[in-house]
Amino acid sequence: MSGIIDTLEREQLRERPSFDPGDRVRVHFQVIEGTRRRTQVFEGTVLKRQGSGARETFTVRKQSFGVGVERTFPVHSPKIERIEVAARGDVRRAKLYYLRGRVGRRARVRERRDVRVVPKASPPPAAEPDGAEPVTPGPEDGEGSAS
Amino acid sequence: MAALIGRKVGMTQFFADDGRVERVTVIEAGPCPVTGIRTVERDGYEAVQLAFGEVREKRITKAERGHLAKAGAPPMRHVVEFRDEAGELQVGEQVTVEAFERGDKVKVSATSKGKGFQGTVKRHNFHRGPVTHGSHNVRAPGAIGASATPSRVFKGIRGPGQMGNRRVTQRGLEVVEVLPDRNLVLLRGSVPGPRNGRVEIRGDS
Repeated sequence: MSGIIDTLEREQLRERPSFDPGDRVRVHFQVIEGTRRRTQVFEGTVLKRQGSGARETFTVRKQSFGVGVERTFPVHSPKIERIEVAARGDVRRAKLYYLRGRVGRRARVRERRDVRVVPKASPPPAAEPDGAEPVTPGPEDGEGSAS
Repeated sequence: MAALIGRKVGMTQFFADDGRVERVTVIEAGPCPVTGIRTVERDGYEAVQLAFGEVREKRITKAERGHLAKAGAPPMRHVVEFRDEAGELQVGEQVTVEAFERGDKVKVSATSKGKGFQGTVKRHNFHRGPVTHGSHNVRAPGAIGASATPSRVFKGIRGPGQMGNRRVTQRGLEVVEVLPDRNLVLLRGSVPGPRNGRVEIRGDS
């Protein structure tokens, strides 16, 4: 792509913590109500990240009064003040669409990544206490969730 | 308002001040030297002639070179006249993106992307016929007129033909951002033509 657009997009990037699908995040974002602006927090599981550069977005899903709510944010939006990573999820795929079909605590538990601490992108050494993870039993590629 | 020649760089998105995502077209425009002024007294109409797109000397003809040299301009690929935009401009001056500012409404003219010879479905959004039940009238244009009277097809009936590769003007585009140090203008929405194509930006009142 053109270098002009590249620089234009790079200028819009912001410092964001690294997080991946499966992580539980708290997104602090500004909402403007009339003339007031206040910060709202949206906490949930990251379903996916998509796109790259300034155009990258991520989708957070949470359960609100028994209803699943998903919100997609641009990663580098100036409206987002802060992204807190509350927990690292242990997942095996990049898009966690299978969570949508699951309701209730038991069905949609997310596996913590307790074995490894902060250093990521290292191959998982062993299986962890697993919920029902794969949607269909099939060949699993060795790809981690690193993006 | 001012006029400017530029090059379409491409599209991207841009965060506005209030955090909204603007879908913008990036245009690298100017600085355009004024290479001629048309006046009512001398030419019968009023216009300003601008040049854009520096090139090597051998890329343009001797006549063009001479014309540009007379205005003190380097060899440039595009020379365009803009009607009724002369204002106070004089030959030898320059027009830059600073002629526009945020919030301005502009129109952009360019040669649209050529689509070749296309049928009526793609070119004029005609409906297609049924593809099953023995139909052979899938993308045919259908009826193009009556019978013995008038025994001919009226002029101007839409049919297949060349699509695109003609001059198109997109009106009412808003200037989202101007970056004078890089000669860039960001316009909300899309602009006719391919990337790297020449575009003409004019004020839209």
